[in-house]
Amino acid sequence: MKANFTHRQSAHCENGVISNLLRFHGLEFDEPMIFGIGSGLFFSYLPFVKLNGIPVASYRIWPGHIFKRFSNRIGVKIERKKFSTPKAAMDALDNMLDKGQPVGMLTSVFYLDYLPAAYRFHFNAHNIIVFGKENGRYLVSDPVMEYTTDISGEDLIRARFAKGMPEPSGRMYYPVELPGKYDLEKAIWTGIKQTSDHMTHIPVPLFGAKGMKYLAKRLRYWPDRLGDRKAIQWLGNLIRMQEEIGTGGAGFRFIYAAFLDQASTVLKNETLFDLSQQLTKSGDQLREFAYYAGRVCKNRTSDTRTFSELASMLEDCSQREQQIFSELYQLSKPK
Amino acid sequence: MSYTIIHMQQDEVPQDKKNLNEGKLAKLYYATDAKGHYTKVNSIGWEPETVAMEQAWDVVHAEVETARQKVITGKASPVLYYLKKNIMNVPMVAGYVGTFSFIVRLHMRPYFFNKLSRKTLEKYAYTFRISVEELLDIEPLKKKHES
Repeated sequence: MKANFTHRQSAHCENGVISNLLRFHGLEFDEPMIFGIGSGLFFSYLPFVKLNGIPVASYRIWPGHIFKRFSNRIGVKIERKKFSTPKAAMDALDNMLDKGQPVGMLTSVFYLDYLPAAYRFHFNAHNIIVFGKENGRYLVSDPVMEYTTDISGEDLIRARFAKGMPEPSGRMYYPVELPGKYDLEKAIWTGIKQTSDHMTHIPVPLFGAKGMKYLAKRLRYWPDRLGDRKAIQWLGNLIRMQEEIGTGGAGFRFIYAAFLDQASTVLKNETLFDLSQQLTKSGDQLREFAYYAGRVCKNRTSDTRTFSELASMLEDCSQREQQIFSELYQLSKPK
Repeated sequence: MSYTIIHMQQDEVPQDKKNLNEGKLAKLYYATDAKGHYTKVNSIGWEPETVAMEQAWDVVHAEVETARQKVITGKASPVLYYLKKNIMNVPMVAGYVGTFSFIVRLHMRPYFFNKLSRKTLEKYAYTFRISVEELLDIEPLKKKHES
């Protein structure tokens, strides 16, 4: 059993799963469109929430939200299920595959042995699509991979029932109802409005453009507060959050700039393209930040750029993004 | 400070050969063309990211080594070693084994570990994807020291 399924690679797993699932059902959306309409871009720095002892910095909205927002705005009805036992979860999956339906699901990266070993930490919110079963192995469309691949039933069970935070609990989902007609322009503006609102108007300094400034302020004192070894470890973690798998480069800034670029064509709005170009600059700045931060990590000393210089880069970026998203908010507010 | 070095233009997307992708992965990036419009470009690697990932793994490997020393000197049970080797933490292992975190902490001590029933050992072995015999046998851990 194998669904007639076209796989297309994407930068981020959540966008990619939505895009590939909808294409199967006859709805074509490119990755940046999904990311933009689903208001995927964000920034938050939570010094008091730590993963492996390192504070969480995130360049995007929480997992699952892009999907939720996008399907609400376009009018796709999604059926979601979670299971208490692996057997029930696998039976339900086989059932759907028998009907020729590809299914999206949450998995833990640790058990996906087709990924390079270096990426396989315990990250439990990775989205993949299973679209068939051949010779006892499940056919997998993992959006971050160039081509489709496969996985053994046992590994898939482990991946779907991984423990830790968050637990996938065998979660799976698939569209059950598609919109006959939808208002693309309105969806785009709503997406922009929410992102720009959240980037500029949350009255807590940890979120949005302000969050980046806050991170810069803290980062400046990391070597004094933590000592060189730990400061460098935290800096490395920041690079990983920004550049590792699924970000499309520069902490999702390039994907969002691509969205603004596409949106300017759809809405015939030149200002959006201008703003896209400005966001490209902000992305380039973040890439430069990662570049110098990488040098600091590699040399294990701070001879290339000091932490305070790195912090100034982030501050610049924060200022630029505050400007870009304020402008976007003014643009989208009346729509 | 001036920011002039890095532009993500489509023909300048980094392709560093020294990467950790084992030839399995060429990630997708969004880069601009001459006019500033976006296209998709694959990249096999970028140095800062590789450095950051290597650094994260160095931390893991150091912790595994410390755990191994503790196990072969009898200060901890193999549970600690395999926990670190699988990059897990105590609550996570407790989740897999189906018990409380403090019980797992007890089982990380040789005294309590040696009293475990076959059934409990099997749960740990399943969690770490090894056999019970492998879990109990610490001789191979000693050998790694020599190599």
